[in-house]
Amino acid sequence: MNVWICIGIPLVVVGALVVVALGGALLNLQLIFGVIVPYLAFAAFLVGFIYRVVRWGRSPVPFRIPTVCGQQKSLPWIKASYLESPYTKWGVVWRMALEILFFRSLFRNTAMELKTGPKLIYGSSKWLWIAALAFHYSFLTVVVRHLRFFAEPYPALIHLIESLDGFLQVGAPGVMISGLVLLGAVGFLFLRRVVLPQLRYISLPADYFPLFVIGAVAASGILLRYFTKVDVVAVKQLMMGLVTFQPKIPDGIGSLFYVHLFLVSVLIAYFPWSKLMHMGGVFLSPTRNLPNNSRAVRHVNPWNYPVPVHTYEEYEEEFRDKMIEAGLPVEKE
Amino acid sequence: MADVSKPEELVQIDHVPPASGWMDTPVRIQPGIHLYPAKASSLEYVGMPLPTTKEWSPLDETWPLPDNWVEIVLEGLRTRLDRFRSLRIFMDVCVRCGACADKCHFFIGSGDPKNMPVLRAELLRSVYRKDFTLAGKVLGKIAGARKLTPEVLKEWWYYFFQCTECRRCSVFCPYGIDTAEITIIGRELINLLGLNADWIQTPVANCYRTGNHLGIQPHAFKDMIDFFVDEIEGITGVRVNPSFNRKGAEILFITPSGDVFADPGTYTCMGYLILFHYLESLGLDITWSTYASEGGNFGFFTSHEMMKRLNAKMYAEAKRLGVKWILGGECGHMWRVIQQYMDTMNGPADFLQEPVSPITGTRFENARSTKMVHITEFTADLIKNKKLKLDPARNDDVVVTYHDSCNPARGMGLLEEPRYVIRNVCNHFYEMPENTIREQTFCCGSGAGLNAGENMELRMRGGFPRANAVRYVHQKHGVNMLACVCAIDRAALPPLMEYWVPEVGVTGVHELVGNALVLDGEKQRTTNLRAEPIGGMEEDEDV
Repeated sequence: MNVWICIGIPLVVVGALVVVALGGALLNLQLIFGVIVPYLAFAAFLVGFIYRVVRWGRSPVPFRIPTVCGQQKSLPWIKASYLESPYTKWGVVWRMALEILFFRSLFRNTAMELKTGPKLIYGSSKWLWIAALAFHYSFLTVVVRHLRFFAEPYPALIHLIESLDGFLQVGAPGVMISGLVLLGAVGFLFLRRVVLPQLRYISLPADYFPLFVIGAVAASGILLRYFTKVDVVAVKQLMMGLVTFQPKIPDGIGSLFYVHLFLVSVLIAYFPWSKLMHMGGVFLSPTRNLPNNSRAVRHVNPWNYPVPVHTYEEYEEEFRDKMIEAGLPVEKE
Repeated sequence: MADVSKPEELVQIDHVPPASGWMDTPVRIQPGIHLYPAKASSLEYVGMPLPTTKEWSPLDETWPLPDNWVEIVLEGLRTRLDRFRSLRIFMDVCVRCGACADKCHFFIGSGDPKNMPVLRAELLRSVYRKDFTLAGKVLGKIAGARKLTPEVLKEWWYYFFQCTECRRCSVFCPYGIDTAEITIIGRELINLLGLNADWIQTPVANCYRTGNHLGIQPHAFKDMIDFFVDEIEGITGVRVNPSFNRKGAEILFITPSGDVFADPGTYTCMGYLILFHYLESLGLDITWSTYASEGGNFGFFTSHEMMKRLNAKMYAEAKRLGVKWILGGECGHMWRVIQQYMDTMNGPADFLQEPVSPITGTRFENARSTKMVHITEFTADLIKNKKLKLDPARNDDVVVTYHDSCNPARGMGLLEEPRYVIRNVCNHFYEMPENTIREQTFCCGSGAGLNAGENMELRMRGGFPRANAVRYVHQKHGVNMLACVCAIDRAALPPLMEYWVPEVGVTGVHELVGNALVLDGEKQRTTNLRAEPIGGMEEDEDV
């Protein structure tokens, strides 16, 4: 697909979402954008997420097919790689933890270069890994920080994260690093997609859309916090109303907030039906979450079915004379 | 290799994709890249579906498809989505981060963007989206979905036979998406229409009938081994005495038939024979089988079902002969099948016993369920326990590097065992650069049934990254021998080396063992197993 279409469609859609939310706020449809849409979106997220995970879970894992990335456990004097070729359940847990928390596989990334000679060179290429870590961890921090709107009193952990996040102690309200890092990482991931020819070639609108939505969420959040200085007490009232199922719309929340909330609603409603489900899928990937011990412990395939085979008897029947002549033992003389 | 252009021309590779999007770029099937279609007789022999006309060519405008072919394929896809969690997850979670793009030897060697693992999977994923996801149904192309058309099918056929199921991309994928799974299942779908490749299907039919890919009948199999026995006697002065189909033996030995019938695998086979003879007096009781005379499993390149049907012979023969356990020779995908499929498909092997080396008493606990041991595990254990008298100087003419065959590396984690053996039987061993070995090893470019003659250009392209790393150690350390533990490697790497690094030969690990192993009562060896004079020996005599 043409790159302009790939970028243009999601860009227009996100723009339209912003306009819709702004329009809604101006037309005093706060009930819809502040209550109904968030509820629907959350329901779609829950139902969708569970549906997808159950759907995956219903398909069995017929074979134990880990992608082995280190020395197997064989002879006692050969040092086996506990993490890269796990042979116990705990080994798998560690391997998965490295993958999920630190993106182990992306850390391996190399960039191939073909030079004259010919000479192939594989350089270390950590930018994607760094950007992915920055993106996911800043996003996580932002999400956790936002829990202050959903709990009263809010847990000490959130205090701690807030004070870490705001350690620069610049400006009022204090600058939170996570939001800026998130926006920066989204920008980098977008530019990478557009600038690298191979990546541009494989990218779909579905790759740009989440970047634009998340970017718009982060940007509107930054505007709300530092520039329009949204009334956080009123926002908290709204949110507490939602989580206690006693929704009410407080006065004094500007329309930009509804843009922010609407984009978040769209994001979570979209989540289960999109590639963002890699969040759930990574836990279930059979090449990562199984131990490399299939010669030691038998793996059972629930749908293993009998197949026609060419038996020894049939084989001997066909070749008996030749076998006898060659002095090979046979069952029936 | 007259039909492949010169290396300097072949290496003019452009890795920048064309301007037109991949969905809008119709497939152009090229001679030198594509395989020949399967002979109808080879399909019929194992009862697999046939195309609507017996003779067809991938270059034909119209392919021989039944009227309801779309239905057949989509139904096949649905069944497999319900059977394989791997497929379902891999269809859903790719974020197209691009980490896999330049990891594929076929993309590196060809620059064809559809050889990027992500796009190879998208070929299938686009159809999955169209028919199995809401977004794809509603939004179509915008959601990356497309209809299954004859053009799409041709693309599948062309590109699923440009993947060697080596799984290198899977190492780098943050979700472990394994293109081998995609290719295996993609080929299964194509096979539902009878559109197989001959280089895969004919070995399958042969193996089903005779027990091995080459269709060697029992007497000829024995003849060939007898020929090696004579050769060995000529070189060492010792007559080895292998047995066949012998009931009551303790161990059954199974190796790929390529070792019996094709150089340089034959020298590896002689290495096994010498080793077994050496161990006989120490208590080894081993037999070969003509029925299970194939370790390799081209069924694996056809379908899960065909893999199971061919693999069944191993346990069946072990049971019939009443052996205690099975020893497996040097082979790549054979070992992926043994490690990750055999016990599940054809086990439990409760009629066998946990493998114990009769010479050292070592229990192979890692194989306690499957009851099959890799020969480099077996030999490494022998060397560690000082059971072998070795003269590595007899391999002084070779400067060795080791090619990790894809499946033993990424399917098993068999990394140190072969290296340990090589270091003990050779004095000159050098590793290739770290990004090209172990779990990051590059394929020979001819695995998964692609080692045919008609696709030689593809093979030379796909093998380019491997050859380039060999060239590096050849220039730096004078490496002149590429060791491997795979029969497809031993068939595929010699032409690859001849094309890219003509000074380097190819050997199995047990050929080197056979050269170094000092037999009781042997004569002074003046040649190696290839009947080439041993340089070092002559010098020694002068000293």
